[in-house]
Amino acid sequence: MIRSEILKEIAPILKDQLIVCNIGIPSQELHAIMDQPSNFYMLGTMGLASSIGLGLALAQDKTVISIDGDGSVLTNLGTLPTIGNNMPPNYILMIIDNGSYGSTGDQPTYTGRKTDLAGMARAAGCDNVVEVQDKDTGAALEKAIAAQQGTVMVVKCDSGNAKMPVITLDPVVIRHRFMEAVAK
Amino acid sequence: MNIDKKIVDDLVANEVSFVTTVPCKQLAGVIDEVDQRDGIFHIPSNKEDEGMGLCAGAFMGGKRPAIIMQNTAIGVTINTLATLTQFYRLPLPMIISYRGELREPVACQVEMAVHTKALLAQLNIPTYHFHWQKDVEEFDNILKYTFMCNKPVAILTDANFWGGYGDQ
Repeated sequence: MIRSEILKEIAPILKDQLIVCNIGIPSQELHAIMDQPSNFYMLGTMGLASSIGLGLALAQDKTVISIDGDGSVLTNLGTLPTIGNNMPPNYILMIIDNGSYGSTGDQPTYTGRKTDLAGMARAAGCDNVVEVQDKDTGAALEKAIAAQQGTVMVVKCDSGNAKMPVITLDPVVIRHRFMEAVAK
Repeated sequence: MNIDKKIVDDLVANEVSFVTTVPCKQLAGVIDEVDQRDGIFHIPSNKEDEGMGLCAGAFMGGKRPAIIMQNTAIGVTINTLATLTQFYRLPLPMIISYRGELREPVACQVEMAVHTKALLAQLNIPTYHFHWQKDVEEFDNILKYTFMCNKPVAILTDANFWGGYGDQ
């Protein structure tokens, strides 16, 4: 499965959840598959989905799911110790690890070679790290939401992108409706 | 006057309750003060752009954030300031140690100091420079201004403001 197929499959689970979604094609895919006010789309700033999600989870009690990528986590590796040492129970970092920089033309990342993100997350102090195959994502995500113990998921899947339109929503609109969903 | 206490008192009075820090020798006292306050959640960052991401999330979660960092961080965070903090109109007081200014003992710090105000000006970031201890009196108004206009705002605090480097 590729990322967009996973997102289609888990869309019913993501409905009404607070989602912080990674820059580029992941946000475009999520937007096309299931736009909702509680989706925060990153239109820029590669690497910070995990940090924004952590800040949001620490600031309020609702469950927060950051949908991140292997390339983006690699560009902000300092996030893993910060998460590991401050993990709130309501935070799920779901790293879609397809071993490539999807938005820029599927150049390979190091996770497709020797680098093990789950191992790095554990070494950084994250207590609940699960590695799942693409087809098992939904079950693992439901389990993580129910557990409320702070989870890092590393979802292994194939490289590839669906053709989706660019998000034209104004960033202030994205932020405003997201904050209304948080406060609801 | 205890500057560290005054700064953190003003943060608390302005309902800032989520503070991320990347350390600097000049800022050690204020970081200690932040860490000790019950009303503030202190989360150290490993890099300043990561910290700005944390602050963005905290603000959207209903908390008023602030970041404490060195001016070298301006070189690290320009993309984040433009495409996250400014693009989504997020307020962010940035309490910055202005290394490389008068009374600086380390020559390399001057290399970023000479770019700091120019970069902030290029980004249209409102910038205040605390050089004398009395300048801290404006901090409360700067915080109110930041959360009024939903922008990142820089407060540069140089070595003279912090009382120099002792024997150096």
